Amino acid sequence: MEMFRFTKAADVPQAIQAAAQSKTAQQGAEVRFIAGGTTLLDLMKLNVERPGQVIDINRLPLDKVEKLPDGRLKIGALVRNSDLAHHPDVQRDYAVLSQALLSGASAQLRNMATTGGNLLQRTRCMYFRNDAMACNKREPGSGCPAIEGENRTLAILGTSKDCIATNPSDMNVAMTALEATVHIQGAKGERDVPIGEFFLLPGNTPHRENVLESGDLITYVTLPAPRTNSKQVYLKLRDRASYEFALSSAAVVVETSGGKVTFARVALGGVATKPWRSVEAERVLLNKSADEKTFRLAAEAALHGAVPQSQNGFKVELAKRCIVHALNTATKTA
Amino acid sequence: MSDEGRKPEDVTGADARWRLSRRSFLSQLGAAGVAATTVPLAAASPAAVAPATVVDGKEAIEGAIPVNLRINGKVLNLEIDPRATLLDCLREYANLTGTKKGCDHGQCGACTVHINGRRVNSCLTLAAMHEGDEITTIEGLGEPGSLHPMQAAFVEHDGYQCGYCTSGQIMSAVALLKEPCGHTDADVKELMSGNICRCGAYPNIVAAVQHVRRQA
Repeated sequence: MEMFRFTKAADVPQAIQAAAQSKTAQQGAEVRFIAGGTTLLDLMKLNVERPGQVIDINRLPLDKVEKLPDGRLKIGALVRNSDLAHHPDVQRDYAVLSQALLSGASAQLRNMATTGGNLLQRTRCMYFRNDAMACNKREPGSGCPAIEGENRTLAILGTSKDCIATNPSDMNVAMTALEATVHIQGAKGERDVPIGEFFLLPGNTPHRENVLESGDLITYVTLPAPRTNSKQVYLKLRDRASYEFALSSAAVVVETSGGKVTFARVALGGVATKPWRSVEAERVLLNKSADEKTFRLAAEAALHGAVPQSQNGFKVELAKRCIVHALNTATKTA
Repeated sequence: MSDEGRKPEDVTGADARWRLSRRSFLSQLGAAGVAATTVPLAAASPAAVAPATVVDGKEAIEGAIPVNLRINGKVLNLEIDPRATLLDCLREYANLTGTKKGCDHGQCGACTVHINGRRVNSCLTLAAMHEGDEITTIEGLGEPGSLHPMQAAFVEHDGYQCGYCTSGQIMSAVALLKEPCGHTDADVKELMSGNICRCGAYPNIVAAVQHVRRQA
């Protein structure tokens, strides 16, 4: 690990001012905020991240979960994953989020990892994590050996000729199905970004993973007012039963009336370069009979554009069955 | 950390010199003395986390920052390399070697300690982030003669073979007692999945945890 200057931010403006000195908020940032540290320190030990300054933001007042007067839920960026998963409002109204959080990492890591940090969780692609290898995400222009190499766990949706790295987060998939909004405070003021616009596709700039600019600090995330009639399920399929990243996961939020689907949100994890909302699947589901035949058609639509690599072709069918099983489970729970 | 690729347990070349001097230094101190004499200790054992230079006849750590940590109820005033993880700080500065370094990447759980009563991987957090926090290690849980019930249960149920993961397993298990957890063995296994045991003592570990939960 390279030497860095360690500072503690006394308040949000101070944190932003210090981070704004960095040329970028993306890969290669000279200044990094540290919250849980579970991604950043891991990557600093691998020399994938090499900030010259690390700003401790753990004492900033961003650690509350609040119900807003309009029914939305405001989640501070520093709320720990375990606290969010066990929060009574989340368990009652946003069950898919609680399930996703508890399916991720370990109890220790969930006690450390934060809401803001999980949004910025980096890929587990082994080429990205190994600084002896080429990687367009880590070193733009150096190439993507994963495409011709070890790609079993990598993405089949949203890929480009320059990057097929998977977004590893479970939380992000649930947040996508719940249509969360990311609130950002930066050098130019505050702004709200719908989660669907927060993450960027790799294209030919895989080192840019989200819309954050130098100095930007995620301050909180809001969830829309709860859909109290919805059924929600997060289903995660993986090589081990616990403490493993998803090969395929699905977050579904569904409402039915008289046997027909009246509302559907479907998001996928483990198969895409960003948390993957499938409006195609949602369109198939809407106003159709809530049965396995419809769910299979929705799954086919979701994976229609999939581009499998040499080792991950199995993910196409796995993701489809994941969607079908999640929808079956959601619509069968009374 | 600072010296790439070199693990703290390597006792070769330049490492051998500092490690031997550290060992011989520590051998002259009792356990109580160690906790009370942190400043000379910090100066004597920096090599795993920081390049040492000699200033005014005293070893100093380049770029060191002052950090006050409360560990097992005692306040330690340390000068540490800002890169020092809590794990390295515990082992190399505070001489609390009960906490083990396994993977150093949050994948094995051997380094599990409690911060303000919650279990965390001490390898993935910086020591400097924990001023004002209450840090508890396996040494603070219980000692021979006055074991924590979980420590005693691990002995009774033979919850280990080589023992390297054991302190992390016990710290995790003690934290689990206060977390939402179902009654079944499967619930315990799920919440203990962040602690890897390569000897495969899992059935006995689960038995030990369930034994204590039934008594509580």
